[in-house]
Amino acid sequence: MPGPEALFDELYRDLILEYYRSPKNRGSLPQPTHRAEGLNPTCGDEITIEVKLDGNTIEELTFDGQGCSISQASAAMLGELVTGKPVDDALHIAHRFEDMVLRGEEPDPVIGDLEAFQGVAKFHARVKCATLAAKVLADCVESPVDAKAGG
Amino acid sequence: MSIDTRAIRQDFPILHQEVHGRPLVYLDNAATTQKPRSVIDALVRYYEQDNSNIHRGIHTLAVRATEQYEDTRTRVARFINAPAPEGIVFTRNTTESLNLIARTWGDTHVNEGDEIVLSVMEHHSNIVPWQLLARRRGAVLKYADVDDQGYLKLDELRSLITPKTKLVTMMHASNVLGTINPISEIAEMAHAAGALFVVDAAQSVPHLPVDVEALGCDVLAFSAHKMAGPTGVGVLWADTDLLEEMQPFLGGGEMISVVREEGSTWADVPHKFEAGTPNIADVVAFSAAVDYLESIGMEAVREHEKALTAYALDRLSTIEGLTIHGPTDVEHRGGAVSFTMAEAHPHDISTIVDTHGVAIRAGHHCAQLLMRRLGVPATSRASFYIYNETSEIDALVEALEDVRRVFGHAGTRSAV
Repeated sequence: MPGPEALFDELYRDLILEYYRSPKNRGSLPQPTHRAEGLNPTCGDEITIEVKLDGNTIEELTFDGQGCSISQASAAMLGELVTGKPVDDALHIAHRFEDMVLRGEEPDPVIGDLEAFQGVAKFHARVKCATLAAKVLADCVESPVDAKAGG
Repeated sequence: MSIDTRAIRQDFPILHQEVHGRPLVYLDNAATTQKPRSVIDALVRYYEQDNSNIHRGIHTLAVRATEQYEDTRTRVARFINAPAPEGIVFTRNTTESLNLIARTWGDTHVNEGDEIVLSVMEHHSNIVPWQLLARRRGAVLKYADVDDQGYLKLDELRSLITPKTKLVTMMHASNVLGTINPISEIAEMAHAAGALFVVDAAQSVPHLPVDVEALGCDVLAFSAHKMAGPTGVGVLWADTDLLEEMQPFLGGGEMISVVREEGSTWADVPHKFEAGTPNIADVVAFSAAVDYLESIGMEAVREHEKALTAYALDRLSTIEGLTIHGPTDVEHRGGAVSFTMAEAHPHDISTIVDTHGVAIRAGHHCAQLLMRRLGVPATSRASFYIYNETSEIDALVEALEDVRRVFGHAGTRSAV
């Protein structure tokens, strides 16, 4: 059996801790076009994502919320990665990220640095922490801020 | 410590295993406790030798099963010094016991504008049933606050209880802060106002001597699985006069006397509140848990946990950046110790600690009102029982040092 350090170091990769401590995209947008929030009721992780879409492209994105390092760092990293990308590409990245964390699949190159979360797949109690941001992002691009104007 | 932990540990098969290559250290006893061999054996013996439906049966197995089920009622009554076994109603859990009182006594006695007084430290199971009752009946809930040390603000509570108060409900011991509330004092306040006094004893009956006569409450609720017994059995104790006056909770078999087309009459208490086939096997095995605790002695259980808690508070307070939430005087608290650590979220703490084989709980502990009052989204909680040893608290402290190494609040991490 590996020692405790070997086990949790696989989960708490330096990159994850860096994004947890100093996310660059935490906050809110002055004029978001879309917004969604999500909650893991069992553990209390909360994430809100706001985006500004320019046509079909995510021009700007911020997240806010509270929770464990895994939930907050995955939101920060996923958010950075999809900013500037078309919605379809962003959702593809989110889904491939979920495939890795939920189903233990090998990381697809499109998920970039998110592969740092590969270790989460081994910590069943923490998988939901990692997938919350992906779920909120998918909700977000479907949720215009002004429901009436957005049709 | 006055109890022989080494010998006790031998009675609990589950403790003798490794988790992530380390000996299991089980410190999640406020959530549920482990079961001694005698309880597990009683469950198996019941199914292998005595299984039958209870009451009304004439054959031998039915008589045996009925006797064992009813014998548990007598033992549980004695365990909490209840004046009569008929005051013990078996439910599924503490939550169901509290809902039963809200649905029966509550629905017939609480009216529009009446007040129900409780506290912000309550478990959701002692909040939500009263919120539902208040909504059904147009009543008002009033919450007593806790002070910064984690004690109930008694003066505030006293001022909240008025002639409009129909019911006061309070937890005996907190599952988050550990605080032991002065139940007999609160009973006097409630009764002076003519209110019914309900006690959530889920975290006290397993850990300290509880005497319902001395406490002076009208209703007491607790669960078997938090006191070395099986899951699926709750207890509602109430004065038999109160139970007799109350309307039934669930309708069905077992709880009736005579059924006619136009209506039915009810069985005597406590059977009036035990509709349908109950959880016979687990009730029977619960008896073995009560026996086990009695053989140790609840005074000794309490002393053991006091010593462990004092040791834990002492050791945890040496960890930099760690905050303990709850009283520090072990005379006024039980063995649930909640803490937070700078920069490390409780779930991250729990994961790292688990890799050391140490089981603690992280989250809101079904106490979101209290979390808001403490100003934290969640806490980590270690909680103790008869089989825990100081060396296990050392293992927790060692694991928490790793949390500091990974999440240290200096914001830097040495290269691995």
